[in-house]
Amino acid sequence: MAHDHDGAASGETAETAVEKHASSASPGVAVERADRIPNPGFPPERLRVTDVDPAKERAAERTVSGLFLLSVVGSVLAVVAYFAFPIVEGDPSTIRLNNLFLGLGITLGLLGIGIGAVHWSKALMHGHELVEERHPTRGSDDTRAKAIEIFQAGNAESGFTRRSLVRNTLIGALVATPIPAIAIFRDLAPAEDPIALLKHTMWEEGVRLTRDPSGTPIKASEVTIGSAFHVIPDGLVDLESHKLEEKAKAAVLLMRLPVERLNEREDRKDWSYDGIVAYSKICTHVGCPVALYEQQTHHLLCPCHQSEFDVANHAEVIFGPAARPLPQLPITVDEEGYLVAKSDFTEPVGPSFWERAL
Amino acid sequence: MRFTGWAANYIDERTSASTAVKSLGRKIFPDHWSFMLGEVALYSFVVILLSGTFLTFFFDPSMTEVEYEGSYVPLQGIPMSVAYHSSLDISFEIRGGLLMRQVHHWAALLFVAAIGLHMLRVFFTGAFRKPRELNWVIGFLLFVLAMALGFTGYSLPDDLLSGNGLRIIDGMIKAVPLAGGWISYLLFGDEFPGLDIIPRLYVLHILLLPAILVALIGAHMVLLIVNKHTQFAGPGRTNDNVVGAPVMPVFAAKAGGFFFIVFGVIVLIASLFTINPIWNYGPYDPSPVSAGTQPDWYIGFADGALRLIPPHLESVIFGYTWSWNVLIPLVGLLVFLAAAALYPFLEAWVTGDKREHHIAERPRNNPTRTAIGAAGVTFYAGLWAAASSDLIATHFRLSIEGVIHALQFVTVVGPFIAYFVTKRVCLALMRKDREIALHGFESGRIVRLPGGEYIEVHEQLDDYERWKLVSYEEYQPLMVRPDARGRISASQRVRAGLSRWFFEDRISPVTQRELESQRH
Repeated sequence: MAHDHDGAASGETAETAVEKHASSASPGVAVERADRIPNPGFPPERLRVTDVDPAKERAAERTVSGLFLLSVVGSVLAVVAYFAFPIVEGDPSTIRLNNLFLGLGITLGLLGIGIGAVHWSKALMHGHELVEERHPTRGSDDTRAKAIEIFQAGNAESGFTRRSLVRNTLIGALVATPIPAIAIFRDLAPAEDPIALLKHTMWEEGVRLTRDPSGTPIKASEVTIGSAFHVIPDGLVDLESHKLEEKAKAAVLLMRLPVERLNEREDRKDWSYDGIVAYSKICTHVGCPVALYEQQTHHLLCPCHQSEFDVANHAEVIFGPAARPLPQLPITVDEEGYLVAKSDFTEPVGPSFWERAL
Repeated sequence: MRFTGWAANYIDERTSASTAVKSLGRKIFPDHWSFMLGEVALYSFVVILLSGTFLTFFFDPSMTEVEYEGSYVPLQGIPMSVAYHSSLDISFEIRGGLLMRQVHHWAALLFVAAIGLHMLRVFFTGAFRKPRELNWVIGFLLFVLAMALGFTGYSLPDDLLSGNGLRIIDGMIKAVPLAGGWISYLLFGDEFPGLDIIPRLYVLHILLLPAILVALIGAHMVLLIVNKHTQFAGPGRTNDNVVGAPVMPVFAAKAGGFFFIVFGVIVLIASLFTINPIWNYGPYDPSPVSAGTQPDWYIGFADGALRLIPPHLESVIFGYTWSWNVLIPLVGLLVFLAAAALYPFLEAWVTGDKREHHIAERPRNNPTRTAIGAAGVTFYAGLWAAASSDLIATHFRLSIEGVIHALQFVTVVGPFIAYFVTKRVCLALMRKDREIALHGFESGRIVRLPGGEYIEVHEQLDDYERWKLVSYEEYQPLMVRPDARGRISASQRVRAGLSRWFFEDRISPVTQRELESQRH
């Protein structure tokens, strides 16, 4: 139990207790010196102004109850604000006022109690520090012996170690019971192979490139040099289901560069149309949309992790954490002059996965 | 008064409550400003529970697509999930709804911050030493759970910003060897984003994770009571006592009042400052993204780790893809977190000290530990700053490449610099303490001696002041000794090496003999 400390006396008892304690457990590589400076014991108590001056004490009392009263006022004001500042439809400023005055009322209600209680404890409550003895955390030898006895009795009465067949089969059964829990979570997703899904998108031969989000087709002549279009496949906006899932794979960026600036590989020369190139918008790092196009340098920047891709060189990675270039969508124009895909992407889009290269 | 007596008797005869009051009612809590940090964490969690319960009455986590018909004009007619719609309704249609959302979010940010600072306090004062190692581990789990709760909650409104956060999680999961594609598929219930992830995160956020968190907080508190709080060294304070204020009434009033102060400050912030204006971001759509995307602060170190990896790190081995650009940060963070969780056991092994420690050390008095902590903080800070690399670049008109390279340097080399500098600073401070304990401090009084010489008079510390400077533990490096069979095991060698690293540079506390010889 705690007791009021009284200067040097308890300091001395504590000092001897340290030694008693230290001898019971190994200090390891700690240095234990005989000529340590001794603990001087508790310093003399310092009185507060409220302890010596009754006027100050009364003032503190008034402050505390004043703060508690202020809290009541705050709570009332919060309710008043709730009704006095209704949210008027179509007027966003009323939301701000409601938020502000309701919040300030509640704040006053809370801080009044909080500051009042802390001030009460600091200025008026008994101010002396008290001392409590610590005891080793471990149970006493007696208690530990009793605990061991109980375990032994339990063991003897059940035969837990003796009947090893019973024990081992129980352990086996306990290990086996969670297995169904693993199995029943299979239906967290439908019975399809996700890996196959990851390797295909909505794009196929003849699908028109359309604007995101309106879904209107894009004529090659509309794509001026330096411009960039956010593109989705024709038909995406009319999907009944899986619209976002398809969009998450099929989103494309379309840009036109001066033809002489494009360094195209021999086998991909016919994937572009008159300087117009289309690349997957889904970052090959962890899948953010690579939405920032710098038309002077022809660089694409992913705003999430700052991977940079060079559109003039098949969207190769020139900076940042991405490992692979953005997949290119082979495009051409149909007879009406609209841009269309020549095929699906020739590799999976988006972040890498284990079976990606298979 | 008669009623109080009757009620107390009624309850005690049915619950034995007087036993609890007897053992806990005058329990002593030592006082130091840094002991508040854990309290802030606890109280902000209570605020989170209260405000979160309010939000559950109005939030609907469904991902079904609807058209927005609420009062916020810019989004009218736009298709969005029910979850996003109901988050907008909480903000715009319900009086006090925006306030509660903001209270919840601000309190969550404060919760993780307070836990982090509390952990740093415990680490740097060695308060994790025996018998508190297990409570350190519980506290560590609380920290991880708090981040998980924060992230799941951040995702629930299904806005563009949080959706991109989930997209990043999806990308990271897919990089997991062997099963990444499948884990993502099962988690999202379909291809990304699917229609299941928000309801699933909702269950985690309001049921499973809080239940575990509350249970662990309970265990954390029980162990706090069993172990009793640490205290800083001071006159009269020893390893075998606790000096401070009793629960009844002083600590109860102070701590209870402090709960209301924390609550009040959170509400004040929430009424004055907007947090997470989801209406500006729009509903989730996999194609758009806003520049300057940032996660909540406590996820920053993970996001930053993803940003700092150099380009082109991926290999295909026997047809299978290894995404090192994701796996290295992922494993690196796990190792970092595991190191933090297990540090108390490492230090206990190195010192071999089996005694209980209830005196919180001053950080300077354990230079190697403090230096290791400083290195860890620097590593974390480098990663954390990297999560804002683009904003740093635009605000200070720097190139993004330059910022990334600088932060790569901070993260990789910075910890070593921090370690070295901190250790030297600690040793220098210890030397200064020793000097002051032995010779006193400069009084500022200059005296001219008869011979014309000027000296500054030093004044001795009183015993109470001196005690704070001399009452620390000292350790020395382990001497390797052969065991009973005359062999030196490899683990002994490792332990001796670590112990040399820890304690080779050390400053001994002033002893009684030194003090006396100084006086004569």
